[in-house]
Amino acid sequence: MGSLGWSRLQFGFTITYHYLFPQLTMGLALVILVFKGLALRADASKDDANKTVYDDLARFWARIFGINFAVGVVTGIPMEFQFGTNWARFSDYSGGVIGLTLAMEGMFAFFAESAFLGLFLFGEKKLGPRGHFGAGFMVFLGSWLSGYFIVATNAFMQHPVGHALDAHGKLVLVDVWTYLFNSWAFWEYAHTMSAAVITGAFVVTAVAAYWALMGQHERHARSALRIGVIVGLTACIMQLFPTGDQHGKLVAEHQPVALAAMEGKFTTESHAELAIIGQPNVDERRLENPIVVPYVLSFLAYGSFGATVKGLDDFPRDTWPDNIELLYFSYHVMVGLGTILFAIMAGAGLLLWKDRLMRTRAALWVLMLAWPFPYIATTAGWMTAELGRQPWLVYGLMRTAHGTSPRVSAGSVAFSTLGFMGLYTVLGLLFVFLVVRAIARGPAPAAGGAAEAH
Amino acid sequence: MAATWYSLIALMLVTYAVLDGFDFGAGILHLVVAKTDAERREVLGAIGPVWDGNEVWLIASAGVLVFAFPRAYAAAFSGLYLPLMMVLWLLVLRGIAIEFRSKVDHPLWRTGFDGMFALASTIMAVVLGIALGNLVRGVPVDETGWFQEDLFTNFRATGHDLGAIDVYTALVGVFAVVALAAHGATYLVWKTSGPVHERSVAAARRLWPIVLAIGAGLTAATAATQPAHFAELTHRPWLWPVPALSIACAMLCPRAIARGEEGRAFVLSCAFIAGLLAATVGTLYPVLLRSTIDPRYTIDAYNAASPRATLVIGLVVWLPAMALAIGYFTYLYRSFRGKVQTEDQHY
Ligand code: HDD
Ligand code: HEM
Ligand code: HEM
Repeated sequence: MGSLGWSRLQFGFTITYHYLFPQLTMGLALVILVFKGLALRADASKDDANKTVYDDLARFWARIFGINFAVGVVTGIPMEFQFGTNWARFSDYSGGVIGLTLAMEGMFAFFAESAFLGLFLFGEKKLGPRGHFGAGFMVFLGSWLSGYFIVATNAFMQHPVGHALDAHGKLVLVDVWTYLFNSWAFWEYAHTMSAAVITGAFVVTAVAAYWALMGQHERHARSALRIGVIVGLTACIMQLFPTGDQHGKLVAEHQPVALAAMEGKFTTESHAELAIIGQPNVDERRLENPIVVPYVLSFLAYGSFGATVKGLDDFPRDTWPDNIELLYFSYHVMVGLGTILFAIMAGAGLLLWKDRLMRTRAALWVLMLAWPFPYIATTAGWMTAELGRQPWLVYGLMRTAHGTSPRVSAGSVAFSTLGFMGLYTVLGLLFVFLVVRAIARGPAPAAGGAAEAH
Repeated sequence: MAATWYSLIALMLVTYAVLDGFDFGAGILHLVVAKTDAERREVLGAIGPVWDGNEVWLIASAGVLVFAFPRAYAAAFSGLYLPLMMVLWLLVLRGIAIEFRSKVDHPLWRTGFDGMFALASTIMAVVLGIALGNLVRGVPVDETGWFQEDLFTNFRATGHDLGAIDVYTALVGVFAVVALAAHGATYLVWKTSGPVHERSVAAARRLWPIVLAIGAGLTAATAATQPAHFAELTHRPWLWPVPALSIACAMLCPRAIARGEEGRAFVLSCAFIAGLLAATVGTLYPVLLRSTIDPRYTIDAYNAASPRATLVIGLVVWLPAMALAIGYFTYLYRSFRGKVQTEDQHY
């Protein structure tokens, strides 16, 4: 593996790891805000019992939010620098365009997020209930804004708009609004945020289901399950329709070769069938052991059962994504899990509606164990997007192979990649240890709370 | 426009050094000024609500640099590959040490993270100093516009085989540790009470004279290592008041502490760091990466800038964003004004 290979591995590893945390940050920020809002409402109607429950829940999840946020921050900083350290020619080439959103992320989002997080975590007494809700709202806003700016950066790499080439052959910005409101960015953002809410909702319901199964904190479990399932079901629906559907249509329109690889389509056909299962055999250019649904792919991609879907054979070999197998499975894992997650939340929603959720132990077991699936689906989704973009770094403009740092040796990148892997392993262990502990302590204010404060 | 952006980035980086500088300083002195668990929590409480926000100044500066001077960002970050990787790892270690330390009530857990916090902060200060030293000394940018520096070679500050660490840059690193320690001590004097306060007073009063002594040596070393830099300063008399005022601040700071004017002492300390860096940047301007191979290869604000139209758009974004950021920070620091209170509840 040369410096290109190591740089790709390093970027893929560090960003995948980083994104495990912000997705919960963004999802949980919304859920905590709901809890805090409900506590304010209960307070207004003098409903002290509910106020205590929602306040406890908000505080409990804020503790976990704080731990999660810390890891998100420390793993995010290396991302900002990696564009320069490992992808110097890419930064030089496109910095005048993507630099705008990277700078805006720092200036508009991270400042707000970090300043108000300090207030949110340290200042409940100082700020009072409304002020504290306000600080929570700013943290939520900051994290969702940072999501938008980074997704808009990525959307430009997927579907470049608003730019031109200058006399030195570098990208320059000609139309800011087109760049900032790229249609790709809109759907990518909607889909990604909805995924983040799914992660947040599944994590909250998993812990509530655990409490319910253990017979602990009954009131908290009941309230958290109700909010978690309502929020989660809404997001699961949004995930499939309209966001996933529209995102897919954009891929079909602008990255047809990626679509062909995602679906394992080697030959062009009209009335194309959708493969649910099967293994792509790239050497023989066929899908092994397929189970298919006729016509559906044509319909999903282009809105008509008779539409022609191009196969990989119709594209030059050097524009094919370079890891078709992984791309194919990433996509199928995401969609498969998306269906399963929806089914779980729909079932839980039905039980909730009939007021039987707290008593249906099988359903609680499923909810308690399902929390890793959103993480897997999200990671698979990003792998789909990023592998599908290959061999381009900026779609149609710059190849990944041409974006690396010219003077950095493979040895240096290998060294730093291994360093990140080691460091992040330790970080992961500490994170899991602390979160498990926080969950074990439960939602009630801990007796030794002050001793564990800063 | 290029000049404007050069100043804006300089402004953001100086703000970063002043703000995160006292976090590093508190870290460097953590084991010295705080002995018991309660005392260490007081030190962490003094920076707890603000350190992440302070660090964002670095992240935002990097973002603005990519945007305004992509050439310089790309060349500098890939050219100083290994030192930057160390910065990243140290920032990770420092961040988790601050955030995780008080989460578990176990003596070894806490002592371990205290040590990590102190060590990471100290090395970070050295590496930041080394980075600054490289900017002043120059880096081997060649006709392609790229360079790659080894972490160290023969430790000589001149010649063709430069490394990121040499005697000169290492001296800047040492200076950075001492200066940030003094800055951090002054911050702790202002924010703490009791034994931590007393030890911080002692540390600050001892450190400030050392800062001045090393600073004098460093000035001589700079003149010897990079005469061009020094010559530039002599040609810009309008800059001279800046380093002069900066030195005056460093001399007045320990006196203010002795007189118990803690807030004023901290302002003087901030002014010292800001003045010193402003003088350095003012001398460097418009150089971003000075080439030690040939001045023609130097990357500066003009040959590295994004096109004018882009920079104008950027300004439209930068101004309101900065106004908001200043608003948030004022609110944040006002909310936590005064001495650290142990009952400041953290989740
Ligand atoms: C909980 C997570 C999750 C779930 C259940 C789904 N997705 Fe997804 N998907 C993402 C999380 C995600 C993501 C991580 O948010 C991605 C990566 C990049 C992006 O924009 O969103 C993504 C990307 C992504 C792409 C873009 C690929 C590319 O750019 O090449 C498409 C076409 C879909 N998704 C379609 C779907 C469909 C049809 C789903 C329905 C079953 C679905 N996703 C479920
Ligand atoms: C939204 C901002 C993002 C940007 C700007 C971005 C940019 C990049 C860049 C520059 C590379 C290296 C070049 C390449 O191999 O194509 C890359 C690769 C990669 N990224 Fe992203 N990425 C983003 C988000 C993500 C996220 C959130 C994930 C996963 C959770 C992800 C997963 C990957 C993977 C797996 C690779 C390696 C692909 C390969 O082997 O070629 N990306 N991305
Ligand atoms: C290459 C891509 C990325 C870069 C350069 C990057 C950069 C960063 C940086 C520097 C931080 C720390 C900010 C602080 O100190 O407060 C951070 C945290 C964060 N990032 Fe990323 N990031 C990337 C990918 C993503 C993606 C794809 C998302 C969401 C869609 C995201 C959302 C967030 C959020 C919400 C935070 C706040 C901290 C947290 O939530 O844990 N980032 N990121």
